[in-house]
Amino acid sequence: MNSTKEFIKELSEKYGKERKSLMPILQKIVERNSYLSVDAMREVAQILDISAAEVYGTASFFSFLDTQARGKYKIRVCKSITCDMKGKSEILKTIENILKIKVGETSKEGKFSLLETNCLGWCHKGPAMLINDEVYTELTPEKIRNVLSEYIRERK
Amino acid sequence: MNTNINKLEYIFSKDCDDNQVLAKALSFSNDEVIEELIKSGLRGRGGAGFPAGLKWKFTATQPGDEKYIICNADEGEPGTFKDREILTQVPKKVLNGMALCAYGTGIKKGYIYLRGEYKYLVSHLQKNIDEFHEEIKKYGIDFNIDIFLGSGAYVCGEETALIESMEGKRGEPRNKPPYPNTVGYLGKPTIVNNVETFASTMIVFRLGAENYKKLGTQDQHGSKLFSISGDSPKEGVHEIELGMSVEDFVREFGDGDTKAVQVGGVSGFCIPRKGFKNAIIGEGNPTGGSTMIFNSSRSMYNVLHNFLDFFAEESCGQCTPCRVGCQQLLKGIEAVKSGEKPKEYLDQLIKLSKTMQITSKCGLGQSVTNSFTSIVENFREEMIY
Repeated sequence: MNSTKEFIKELSEKYGKERKSLMPILQKIVERNSYLSVDAMREVAQILDISAAEVYGTASFFSFLDTQARGKYKIRVCKSITCDMKGKSEILKTIENILKIKVGETSKEGKFSLLETNCLGWCHKGPAMLINDEVYTELTPEKIRNVLSEYIRERK
Repeated sequence: MNTNINKLEYIFSKDCDDNQVLAKALSFSNDEVIEELIKSGLRGRGGAGFPAGLKWKFTATQPGDEKYIICNADEGEPGTFKDREILTQVPKKVLNGMALCAYGTGIKKGYIYLRGEYKYLVSHLQKNIDEFHEEIKKYGIDFNIDIFLGSGAYVCGEETALIESMEGKRGEPRNKPPYPNTVGYLGKPTIVNNVETFASTMIVFRLGAENYKKLGTQDQHGSKLFSISGDSPKEGVHEIELGMSVEDFVREFGDGDTKAVQVGGVSGFCIPRKGFKNAIIGEGNPTGGSTMIFNSSRSMYNVLHNFLDFFAEESCGQCTPCRVGCQQLLKGIEAVKSGEKPKEYLDQLIKLSKTMQITSKCGLGQSVTNSFTSIVENFREEMIY
């Protein structure tokens, strides 16, 4: 794999070295590195010829543009009202027990981060969660155990 | 059971050839397309409810060639998921609606702003867009659509915040005016319509404006998708003629023990049992179609706490009334609940929420009072004890 610096250069060629390309560029970096490091944001700023503070300003505004180190798999559990009514807390507890991490933490080997998020748009099939881009709905503790064991065994 | 609910099936109907509807619409002149849409009375389906035809007209008449059409698929209002269903089941209806807009207004470039939470839909949508680009060639429409992905910010559903984020900036709403129809994406005239609005334009041309207008009430025409969730045995997306009362709604979709219905998402209103009879869904409350049902086992304090927590987190922080107001309302109800503040403090908080309505810059801060006041006033005891 090439360095992040080369990767950013490729992205800037693909999307254009303009301010309006900032979101797609940041999204691709997060997709690859799972978060935006300070160095990556500085590099983007230099290539787009804008201040690094501007890049950080945009990045830190969006909850999916992580500016803190995250695991390879980001688990985002929906905490909006209907998912909450349908047992979100139990789902969180189950994940915490299995992965031995609390909300906001990343597992030691850097594989999983556990996060909460606002409405995922699956209110009729709650509780719901995302693992990276993948959606999981109508969760039960048992379903969670099955899903996570697949990830723990490392899929793909 | 007898209810006055008229269930319809236009948006998801599979027996209708959308390309035929588009071909029929294209037999109108550009101006006639817009006039027909104005005549239909179709209003935006995202929440604000602005007449769609007028939005098209105001943008079409702006000078210059560089203009944009944006389909707002940043569906973030809690309790709403109908746009995701539309994009999954009938994406061509949305794309054809955008093509119709392009034809009516002469705009050549379109975007679908898809929320990051729906990223899994990208490949499905892109495949449909590729096919669509081929199909519209034969109608001679010069129009091209790209997908732009959001990254998890509720406020970006607000059209100017959405545009800011597309320009690579923080998703902070702009001052209005100027509206996007004059100064939009990259400073150019821009039409931003919700997913369901574009799909609904195809229904207008399938039925004809006259017939479309006959559906619904005096104020709200046509049919509408409702996202129903919570304590209901029939959760999901349902298409219903506009104009039903909450009473009929509850009879049809409730579990027999409904205590309250939240109409219009967290930025909408909470209707308690005693108000079911006189409240009409979509009249005087947002038209996004989020309806969440709570039965008597639910604590309305917990519901309100969840809503305020949401607002405090999703407030963009740009203007003080909203940034500080959301936090103080949240702290305030916690303080009353714990006995740290007297129950009269709730009245102070209602005043604060009304101040936010007047002084906040965008719809987020302005609408916090809707759910806050309607829950606190109707379920006061639950806030205190």
